[in-house]
Amino acid sequence: MSQQTPFAEALLDPHHAYPPGLTTWNGSDPARRFAVYRNNVIVGLVDALADTFTVTQELVGETFFRAMARVFAYANPPSSRVLAFYGEDFPAFIESFPPAAGVPYLADVARLEFLRVHAYHAADVAAVPTQEIAAVLADEAILPDLNLAIRPSLGVLASTSAVVSLWAAHQRVGDISAVSPEVPETALVLRDGLDVEVMQIPQAAGVFVAALMRGEPLGAAMASAQAVDAEFDPSLPLGLMVQKGGITALEGPKYSSPRRRPGPSSLNFLDSGVRRNDESAKDQCFPLYSLRRTS
Amino acid sequence: MTTDSLPLATQAGALPARGGLGLKPEHFRTVLETNPDLGFFEVHAENYMVDGGPFHHYLERIRSRYPLSIHGVGLSIGGEEAFDASHLDRLALLLERYQPQSFSEHLAWSSHGDVFLNDLLPMPYDAATLNRVCRHIDQVQNRLKRRMLLENPATYVEFARSTMAETDFITEVIRRTGCGLLLDVNNVYVSCVNHARDPYAVIDGLPLAVTGEIHLAGFARDTDAAGDELLIDSHGSPVAEAVWALYRYALESTGPVATLIERDNDIPAFEVLLAETQHAEGLLHATRKGVPA
Repeated sequence: MSQQTPFAEALLDPHHAYPPGLTTWNGSDPARRFAVYRNNVIVGLVDALADTFTVTQELVGETFFRAMARVFAYANPPSSRVLAFYGEDFPAFIESFPPAAGVPYLADVARLEFLRVHAYHAADVAAVPTQEIAAVLADEAILPDLNLAIRPSLGVLASTSAVVSLWAAHQRVGDISAVSPEVPETALVLRDGLDVEVMQIPQAAGVFVAALMRGEPLGAAMASAQAVDAEFDPSLPLGLMVQKGGITALEGPKYSSPRRRPGPSSLNFLDSGVRRNDESAKDQCFPLYSLRRTS
Repeated sequence: MTTDSLPLATQAGALPARGGLGLKPEHFRTVLETNPDLGFFEVHAENYMVDGGPFHHYLERIRSRYPLSIHGVGLSIGGEEAFDASHLDRLALLLERYQPQSFSEHLAWSSHGDVFLNDLLPMPYDAATLNRVCRHIDQVQNRLKRRMLLENPATYVEFARSTMAETDFITEVIRRTGCGLLLDVNNVYVSCVNHARDPYAVIDGLPLAVTGEIHLAGFARDTDAAGDELLIDSHGSPVAEAVWALYRYALESTGPVATLIERDNDIPAFEVLLAETQHAEGLLHATRKGVPA
């Protein structure tokens, strides 16, 4: 019979009695001692969430955040032994957590923070050199069917809130009083070298990049973006991605990259070394998009 | 007996008999910029089970300069359920990449069902647990193709079902599996206060000849329901004087062994931890002088 099932159940339910079979040398109530384990488990999980969702915590204060994180952690304990990515479901939980309803942008700020953690630990994959991309993009015949592999650290978040401005104001690079939380913003998150960057991009550019990430070819991604903004110009997000080394392979029926790069797998955390080509960045052939455009 | 005749000391690639420090992300840059005079670094395996990014960037560079110990916290060696093969695979990849001088894990369980409980949980010391733990350690050592070190736990409760003393249990696991001992002196002290045992007798009762590494850390003070002292293995304060004294006593039997300062909470400036490590190294060297060549 399992001894660990009642132990685990009691750990994850603060109202549960301590498990049977515990003893203490002085005959004292084991409940007090069992509480040390219970405390270790929940505090460890809440701390892990606090590490990831720092701005989310600043927005609502430590007391509210930790109480909310506690409810989440008891209902959603981690299944992975790698805690770096614990809390992927926390933003959705926040969205449905009635006490947080007064802060409608909170869930999206949390989503942005999770994208940052994802970017921080994502696989290091070499970027396609600027010259190669420039040569390919100059050939209009192959463009519509061309697939772009996007660096694993890249993420897009289209929000109905001013998610980038809110986040930036908590990095001491923006003025929180100047932020209108209800203004929709789209965030582009990626790691360039060792640093995770958060940029605001137009909504259509976000749709475009997200479509490329889903594996849509350039033509289809263009159409998706133009459905949002008829004036959409792909040179802006493409230029940004080239500048930041965000494109890791080019592939299409009429084009095959001269330097094939294996894609990352879930176990491929041994792949190492970002090989940035600083010369290619200087050789920038796309208009550099203003990173901090205000809506 | 000289230390050279100890099984682990003769094993190629063992950690140097020096002071080492748990590597924290907040200290990555300091380590690379200042090249501190340390015997080795230790990292928690699970923190590096990520695809890429700064953790691997820095660990690769630090590993190229220092010996490394990889210390697992998620294998759940004492778990009742079948071993998680995919976790063992991730561990094997990590060890293959970093070629650490030592791999260690805990005499504890931390996963149950689909849930990772994120703590090192206690077990009754009986025949069923003994068989299970030995089976799991065999699996680990076969998969990783190396000997592992097993760390003695800090515990807060005991079990009515236990039929063996913890020291006898650990001695038997080591005898059956051939693994080494990671002697956590703070855990010995914490458990002895918590269960009214004599820490010196516990040190004497452990198979110290196969000690591959020693851990030192700080604890927090609490009380149990009877008002008796209950120590918490918090890793959040300097090593206590009582633990230093117990360490000096253990060194008399182990001889000089790689000794780690563990600090996971309220992490101070790097120099503070370096000074604590150097203090441990001073005690180690004093032992070395006392051991006949």
